[in-house]
Amino acid sequence: MIPVDYYIVLSAILFTIGALGVLIRRNPLIIFMSIELMLNAANLAFVAFGRYYEITGQQSFYTGQIFVFFVIAVAAAEVAVGLALIVEIFKTKKNINIDEMNSLKG
Amino acid sequence: MTSELIVFLVLSLVAVSSALGMAFSRNAIYSALFLVLNFVTVAVFYLMLGAPFIAMSQITVYAGAIMVLFLFVIMLLGAESMAPSPQALPWQRPLAFILAVTLAVESIYLVFARARLNTVITTPDIAANSMESLREMAMTLFNQFLLPFEITSILLLVAMVGVIVLANRQKAGHRS
Repeated sequence: MIPVDYYIVLSAILFTIGALGVLIRRNPLIIFMSIELMLNAANLAFVAFGRYYEITGQQSFYTGQIFVFFVIAVAAAEVAVGLALIVEIFKTKKNINIDEMNSLKG
Repeated sequence: MTSELIVFLVLSLVAVSSALGMAFSRNAIYSALFLVLNFVTVAVFYLMLGAPFIAMSQITVYAGAIMVLFLFVIMLLGAESMAPSPQALPWQRPLAFILAVTLAVESIYLVFARARLNTVITTPDIAANSMESLREMAMTLFNQFLLPFEITSILLLVAMVGVIVLANRQKAGHRS
């Protein structure tokens, strides 16, 4: 017997920690992990709302879960491309500190 | 206080502290391992919400594939810890903390004061975690959401091609 608000608040807290991680860390890999955490928080809210709408009878239970399915697929694609970019930047700059990446020219 | 609520509170404590550990540990490897712990706790939340398929794909895709890729790149680049750069902005950290606290307070206030949903969600009984619910979900995915599903597969293909192009760029430059 858990109010749906608790899940939403937990998701909001996890999202905030992810946003804080993006703002304070200088390592692009940890910034990437924080983005994953934010996506994960959104997924938790999706599943909680899916269950909520099933109980209130307004919507199929599975709509929220299928959204999460798509988010996971997009996150996998995003991580593959992002990590390839980070490796490529490391190869040209020998350094991946986010403060040193201030020009678009390779 | 029901046992379900106790499980929820303990798990959310683990989830929040592992997220904080991810954001603040000095070593990037520890960050990745904290994030794996966080993903596993969120998978247990999915089980409590009656979404076993999502819980399993969370563990295999996120905690398995994605985090192994992260650990691989961290060790490949030797990016475990990073020296502070001279170009870092000194006021960025305090400002980030103020903004994050504002965001958290605002969202919690909005949920509790404005959008009070007043519905308790219970963990579905064992029947909902059976094969029948998986079949139901697959029917929804392949009937109602067939077009988004196909678009997702094209997106994955594009990502794959993009990664191959990025990884092969230097060899192509030598050839031309």
